[in-house]
Amino acid sequence: MSDIRFTDQHEWVRVEGDIATIGITDYAQEQLGDVVFVELPEVGKELAAGDEAAVVESVKAASEVYTPVSGEVVDVNSDIEATPAGVNEDAMGDGWFVKLRLSDPSELEKLMDENAYNEFVESLQ
Amino acid sequence: MSEPAAGPLKKTPLHALHVELGAKMVPFAGYDMPVQYPAGVLAEHLHTRDAAGLFDVSHMGQAWLEGPDHAAVAAAIEALVPGDIRDLAPGAIRYTLLLNEKGGILDDLMITRTRKDGVLFLVVNAACKDADFAHIEKHLPENVKLKRIEDRALIALQGPKAADVFARFAPTAPDQAFMTGEEMDVAGLACIVSRSGYTGEDGYEISVAEKDAVALTKKLLGEAEVKPIGLGARDSLRLEAGLCLYGHDIDETTTPVEGALTWTIAKRRREEGNFPGAKIILDQIANGAPRKRVGLLPEGKAPAREGTEITDASGKKIGVVTSGGYGPSVGGPIAMGYVEAGFSKVDTGVELMVRGKGRPAKIAAMPFVTKRFHKPGK
Repeated sequence: MSDIRFTDQHEWVRVEGDIATIGITDYAQEQLGDVVFVELPEVGKELAAGDEAAVVESVKAASEVYTPVSGEVVDVNSDIEATPAGVNEDAMGDGWFVKLRLSDPSELEKLMDENAYNEFVESLQ
Repeated sequence: MSEPAAGPLKKTPLHALHVELGAKMVPFAGYDMPVQYPAGVLAEHLHTRDAAGLFDVSHMGQAWLEGPDHAAVAAAIEALVPGDIRDLAPGAIRYTLLLNEKGGILDDLMITRTRKDGVLFLVVNAACKDADFAHIEKHLPENVKLKRIEDRALIALQGPKAADVFARFAPTAPDQAFMTGEEMDVAGLACIVSRSGYTGEDGYEISVAEKDAVALTKKLLGEAEVKPIGLGARDSLRLEAGLCLYGHDIDETTTPVEGALTWTIAKRRREEGNFPGAKIILDQIANGAPRKRVGLLPEGKAPAREGTEITDASGKKIGVVTSGGYGPSVGGPIAMGYVEAGFSKVDTGVELMVRGKGRPAKIAAMPFVTKRFHKPGK
């Protein structure tokens, strides 16, 4: 059973057990345009909610990806480091950025569910 | 360059067409301009290098400089720029610089000697045009007048297929030499066609009456090789070509020598020494400038953006990136910036401070891609 949550900075978190996978939303990749560079954290790094977890750059600009939840980095997606366009192709799936071992699952409750996020995105357009 | 005043954004004659084509519009130099079309910056960039791209550059400033004869208009403008305008052949274009008294660059511009005696055609940057034209007018003698052109659009067609495409509408255009401008009919519309551009590719910049701009643009876009290109790709294309963006890579605080634009200062003008800031500039030509604009090639994959600090191996600041990003045709990050003169030699190792971390880079020759300008007789 997996549960997906969203932030108003257009990150998503999918939780399976105590592992949270973090990425950017389809709306975010569309706004960024062609992703040409991704910088990911070291495995083992401890991140607090709101910390910069990664950097994503399009042809024109660099953006930070913030983790919405706290935890230890247990895996990073080296595929998107090698082929950054993978973020544009499948932002919500194979274009994930990092996996964290959750240290405080209650942080998830502050995040938007899919309906709330969709409404939020609509309000931006 | 000053930031344009806040207020309603101006629109070029092609504005509605951009919207119809699905462009993402952004404010630029006081205009609502297309930054990209649905294809995206990367695809637009690569298409221009592969076939032909069409750019709306109508926001740029166009003007006539008119006087009794060529000698009079050339002398009037030579008082403000270091380029050789006097000896320009009829139909030839000069890239030159408006300078201040300290040798700083007020703008870069194109000057065409038209085939009408005593008439020059000027094209200046959008963000600088009001200041440029006021500056020029202030310094003109009685018998030379600047006439701003407010009723013409400017369209660029750039890329290896540009000449083939353009020949279908203007049969004599392929014979035109690089850096020349001619009045000619294009698809039956009266235009001023310059063989020039801002991408490092062969191509044309076409000044056309406002009322004909949409018709001409639609005709060109109707050709299979041509796609519309936004400001995003215009920027990555010019960066790969090593061309300066005014207000970023050159400005009022940089001299032509520091900006690696000494080549724009004609031999006769150096001997005469009668352009603004000549004393400072000639001293820098003779004895070197304290800093120089260079190309930068990061060794890793991380782009270094404008404002990135450049340091030596010990971490001491030696310069700053003025334009930087990802070069789609290079397939990696590229940048340009200013470094202290001692670090300006090609292949010198430097570090770029990106997100608090020094990342190795080398001073690189520009352009980053091979220029493919049209050579006569080819």
